[in-house]
Amino acid sequence: MYTFPLLFLLRHARSRNYVSESEVCKLESVPLDFGDYHPLKPITVTESKTKKMNRKGSTSSTSSSSSSSVMDPLSSVLDGTDPLSLFAAAADPVTTTATMDSTRKKRDKDDSSAVGSDFEPWSSKRGEILSRYTTTEKLSINLYMGSEKGKATTTGSAVSEKVRTRLEELDDLEEGSQKELLNLTQQDYMNRIEELNQSLKDAWSSDQKVKALKIVIQCSKLLSDTTVIQFYPSKFVLITDILDTFGKLVYERILSMCVDSRVSLPDNFSPESVNDTAKETCLNWFFKIASIRELIPRFYVEAAILKCNKFLSKTGISECLPRLTSMIRGIGDPLVAVYARAYLCRVGMEVAPQLKESLNKNFFDFLLTFKQIHGDTVQNQLVVQCVEIPLYLTLYSPAIDWILQCIAYHAPEDYINCAEVWVEYTCRHFTNREINTVLADVIKHMTPDRAFEDAYPQVNNLFCQICKNLMCIFLDEEKFLPFLDMFQKESVRVEVCKCIMESFIKHQQESTKDPVILNALLHICKTMHDSVNALTLEDEKRMLAALINGFIKMVSFGRDFEQQLSFYVEARSMFCNLEPVLVQLIHSVNQLAMETRKVMKGNHSRKTAAFVRACVAFCFITIPSLSSIFTRLNLYLHSGQVALANQCLSQADAFFKAAVSLVPEVPKMISVDGKMRPSDAFLLEFLCNFFSTLLVVPDHPEQGVLFLVRGLLNVIQDYTWEDNSDDKVRIYTNVLHLLSAMTQEAYIYHVDKVDSNDTLYGGDSKFLTEINKLCETVIAQILDHLKTLGKEEVCSYSRLCSDYNTLLRCMLKLPT
Amino acid sequence: MGTALDIKIKRANKVYRCGEVLSGVVVITSKDTVQHQGISLTMEGSVNLQLSAKSVGVFEAFYNSVKPIQIINSTIEMVKPGKLPSGKTEIPFEFPLHMKGNKVLYETYHGVFVNIQYTLRCDMRRSLLAKDLTKTCEFIVHSLSQKGKLMPSPVDFTITPETLQNVKERASLPKFLIRGHLSSTNCIITQPLTGELVVENAEAAVKSIELQLVRVETCGCAEGYARDATEIQNIQIADGDVCRGLPIPIYMVFPRLFTCPTLETTNFKVEFEVNIVVLLHDDHLITENFPLKLCRM
Repeated sequence: MYTFPLLFLLRHARSRNYVSESEVCKLESVPLDFGDYHPLKPITVTESKTKKMNRKGSTSSTSSSSSSSVMDPLSSVLDGTDPLSLFAAAADPVTTTATMDSTRKKRDKDDSSAVGSDFEPWSSKRGEILSRYTTTEKLSINLYMGSEKGKATTTGSAVSEKVRTRLEELDDLEEGSQKELLNLTQQDYMNRIEELNQSLKDAWSSDQKVKALKIVIQCSKLLSDTTVIQFYPSKFVLITDILDTFGKLVYERILSMCVDSRVSLPDNFSPESVNDTAKETCLNWFFKIASIRELIPRFYVEAAILKCNKFLSKTGISECLPRLTSMIRGIGDPLVAVYARAYLCRVGMEVAPQLKESLNKNFFDFLLTFKQIHGDTVQNQLVVQCVEIPLYLTLYSPAIDWILQCIAYHAPEDYINCAEVWVEYTCRHFTNREINTVLADVIKHMTPDRAFEDAYPQVNNLFCQICKNLMCIFLDEEKFLPFLDMFQKESVRVEVCKCIMESFIKHQQESTKDPVILNALLHICKTMHDSVNALTLEDEKRMLAALINGFIKMVSFGRDFEQQLSFYVEARSMFCNLEPVLVQLIHSVNQLAMETRKVMKGNHSRKTAAFVRACVAFCFITIPSLSSIFTRLNLYLHSGQVALANQCLSQADAFFKAAVSLVPEVPKMISVDGKMRPSDAFLLEFLCNFFSTLLVVPDHPEQGVLFLVRGLLNVIQDYTWEDNSDDKVRIYTNVLHLLSAMTQEAYIYHVDKVDSNDTLYGGDSKFLTEINKLCETVIAQILDHLKTLGKEEVCSYSRLCSDYNTLLRCMLKLPT
Repeated sequence: MGTALDIKIKRANKVYRCGEVLSGVVVITSKDTVQHQGISLTMEGSVNLQLSAKSVGVFEAFYNSVKPIQIINSTIEMVKPGKLPSGKTEIPFEFPLHMKGNKVLYETYHGVFVNIQYTLRCDMRRSLLAKDLTKTCEFIVHSLSQKGKLMPSPVDFTITPETLQNVKERASLPKFLIRGHLSSTNCIITQPLTGELVVENAEAAVKSIELQLVRVETCGCAEGYARDATEIQNIQIADGDVCRGLPIPIYMVFPRLFTCPTLETTNFKVEFEVNIVVLLHDDHLITENFPLKLCRM
């Protein structure tokens, strides 16, 4: 049931635009055929008469080399005898427009297909340049029209009477003669150039292609003249208008030759679809231009028809642009050269905006030649013209502005690559204000469309550059947080934070208490800390912790210890998931307590005593939250030593008790750097260390003699040691060391302002007896162990014995 | 205006090589019927030699001996005597391009003292009342590619006051050092001459640096010869006081027709050279000459 309406629709007539179709069909009415328009044809026509006359001279097309145009292949193709010229005259829309302005509008419209409307077009710059670079001095135009005799036939009716007389004047130029127009005001000059523009179009439409080319060559030659230098930018604008007209005329003419079987070429045609005749004509233009004697006209005219390379090959433009770019190096005057670069960038952008390399090359070549400005040639010229350097430099700005605009167009990636480099320069040589400007600009460029997402490495790097150079100052800036906001993906954000912290740690010379920095960095560290989850790799955690520790170490409130402690308390609450940070905090707090002691020279006041107790309490409640048992043991021991040093005896006891009661929990195997290792060596080391401390720990008045030592011995006794190891015996021999040291009248070392057992008991016999009892027990244990040893263990047996002997000698004070 | 005769060669660039077939149409346009005594097509190719004025005096003895050397000459009858209808008549033709005997088809070359040219001529003979009609049309011959002949031959050069010859007062010369290279002096005629030039330093400001392409034509035989060097074109590669130490490209396209592969025969020679000409501001002119060898690939 749906078939019928569908069929009906299909049979509906195709909509047609008869006007445009007839336009296309009309083109056919002029017969195109091969052979007719070939440049060489007229040569053969005239050869019998002119042969001898022609056998001299050069092909160079400027006046000065006095070429004979009769022999010239291009002039012959363009002398109007071919039907295509007639055809082009009829079909060319440019020739029918009377004023330059309408041409320009049309051109701009066309351009928008190549570069987006977000690219500020040249047309919007030209007015500004013309009004800015003016002069009251008298100008001159020096034209040299060569040996072209033909006259423009009729000028269009739209041309005013005045212009027509001027055109006739132009046409009156005698063969090989020179015409110099002197004493022109700026307005006169502009009128004259506009007349030339008009006469170019007239020459073209009346099939005097060689004359048209000569006008263009002569106009481009005016660009090598830098007298009245302050007018140069405006002159450039006026003359490149003519070049644009010319480029357009040539392109459209060749395009019109490509019309095959009623169909004109699509916009993005390939060179294969261009017929031989059009190619040959195009090639003729390029050959003709390649033989232009002078550098500047040759450059400008070739650049003007750059687009025509599309007819010849796909790679033509991309090969031409670099060549033309390096060709500009031959232009000695730096101002003339920079405008040539601007023009090349302009046509390059119109034709192939994707070819960025040549744009960059132009800019860098300009930088390479910048030194010329201070050379004698330029300086002498400025003296002659009474132009100061500051004014002279402003003449460069429209050209550089344009080149940079072309380079920067549609290039967030390029933008950020540049900004990345630029920011380092800014950081080194400018103040916060400029850095702020750069940052604001980066934010402005990278925020739209979330462009930063594609450029995280660069933005990241840029950020690091800033950090590297100006860490502290930078953190004050109001742009800091907005900038940080750009990193919305957490992994990237953490990377940036890491980068900031790395550079902070690397470059921060002195410790700081600046609240702004602390606030910002705490924020950053918190971000890093919060990124840690169950899946975070150990390495990553270690790295983050190291960075946070580095920051913690750099924070100092000087003598304001309480502030310092409260900072540590805050840090503990913020970074509780990273054990190494907690360890660092414990060490820092211990250090703080020791600092306090140092300041008070060991005599705590009530206030400082309370403060160190607070520190000790901090450690005491923090240590149990750690998972590594040896870390806990060592920290208990270490914090106990600190407590002891600060005369917090009961707190020290508490630490040591905690350590003692933790020993039974030590597992047989522990993980060290990701590998499982036996724990005995670590335990042995810890216990020896512990024993050394226990020597100076005074007994608690309410507990028995050597309460802690006994407790530890019990724990060692109960600990399940490896069957065939002598660790236990080795520990016992160390206990003997300790006990023997305890029996001395005055101990080998003390803690300042703490009375150890030697003072407390004063060598009391009861105390000594207790120790002897302990010794006996320990020795008995050792002997028991020795009995169990087999013969094969003779070696270790003898070693143990020697340990034991030494000990005994020591204890019993026997002569050796 | 009566009857018009025209030759249209098929290829747009009119370039043919030995062994190929030259084809096209002869077009006759007329309002009335055309009575004729036959239409023929002639292919001609010849080398024209001419002695320069300065040589003529010295070698008067063989002045007259310099006759055109014919390379190719053949005629075909296209239409027998008869009538052609009014309007446009197109008569197609095909002309194989072959060597005749041992006469080589030299490449087309338009010089000053040597000219190598190929033409197609169409003749329409008519009765006594009407004038004979003739139309001539040049076509281009390119020599066959010279495979395996091209060896790249880069040249480095340094120009200082000391390296110059023909200097009268060496002491009065400003100091300068110009370095550079040509990518090759053996050139493929369809490829540009390339290289680089650096003005390392120069006391006097540079005014201009140019590449002058020169043809050296030798005409002669057993009795003697005349050798003349004339400019083909002059290409400026630097204008004004260029930046010191910055390489400037050397780039010159060989013009068509006015250059051909370097040619050496028993009767004449066509050779090419390039001069690098540096013009300083005090009007000192420094020239460095490089003979080139052109070939077609």
